[in-house]
Amino acid sequence: MHDASYFGIVLAMGLVTYLPRWMPLFVLSQRTMPGWLVEWLDLIPVAILSALVFPEVLTSGAPKELDVLQTRSLAAIPTLIFALKTRSLGGTVLVGMVLFWALEKL
Amino acid sequence: MKIPEDRLSPWPERITTGVRTAWPICMAYFPVGMAFGVLAQKAGLSVFQTGAMSLVVFAGSSQFIGVSMLSSGASLMAIAATTFIVNLRHLLMSSSLAPYFRRTSMPFLFLFAYGVTDESFAVNSMRFRDGDWDRWKALIVNHAANVAWVTSSVAGAVSGQFIPQGFMGIDYAMVAMFLGLLVFQLRGRIYLATSLMAGALAVLLSLTMPGNSYVILASLVAATGGFVLSRLVQRKGAHDA
Repeated sequence: MHDASYFGIVLAMGLVTYLPRWMPLFVLSQRTMPGWLVEWLDLIPVAILSALVFPEVLTSGAPKELDVLQTRSLAAIPTLIFALKTRSLGGTVLVGMVLFWALEKL
Repeated sequence: MKIPEDRLSPWPERITTGVRTAWPICMAYFPVGMAFGVLAQKAGLSVFQTGAMSLVVFAGSSQFIGVSMLSSGASLMAIAATTFIVNLRHLLMSSSLAPYFRRTSMPFLFLFAYGVTDESFAVNSMRFRDGDWDRWKALIVNHAANVAWVTSSVAGAVSGQFIPQGFMGIDYAMVAMFLGLLVFQLRGRIYLATSLMAGALAVLLSLTMPGNSYVILASLVAATGGFVLSRLVQRKGAHDA
């Protein structure tokens, strides 16, 4: 496709992606936040991670359908246990991959 | 003003710790980045154009959507609006990271904000929570992940082929990483309750809502629910005491 219009689109995509990443850091790091806000924000990481990963292992297809018993969810259980016992992120990724791969082969 | 941690942690240590912390992210990015490169090449983008998008946008799902919209001839406005909505969840992540960046210079925030992704956010917020983490290490994590993302998209665009389908469970790398990060976030009952609320809500909403906006909605509701719950528990504790 035409270079100038392509890079125009890429720059627009970059800008609208960058702003939500930068704005809260810019605004919130310059002032003291009230205690309740800090407490609420502290729960955001666990909430986002759960909102990302649960549908990933419990649904399938597009549009998504509930699919509780699938390779992704079955591999998730030992992967979670491994993470809980070892607290190693790299190890968890490797173990998860191997488990998923083995279950796919069965 | 220099804060003491800047002097305590020497550069070589910062770089090695940062890169070592980032490697699970880099490994999980590789298959996804390559898949993006392949898709971009099939959509008629050059290697340079593909690399440029990964460098400028640096947000996986919106890049896949962007390329498919490009090949169906969508307008700049339509692509930008979709990208904005898909990536709006970063608002929450940057807000949650902000308390760790008090009195940080503007140029630093400019550089750091660029690399806030689902993955770097989760890793950095875990390490900040655990202590022994500074913003320079966090910056290195963000940019190491970015190098892996750009490199793998270019590799996909050049080679034009995926890593063999299902090779060694590589499709599961990202899921396993999120599972690990989630476990590390469960530091008490409030966190567990928030996680279950967010997860259940996200699953339900993902069945009915198109796109990925269910992530933001479920996270907002669950974090608020968890917050209310912790206040109730505190109040009950105060009464019982």
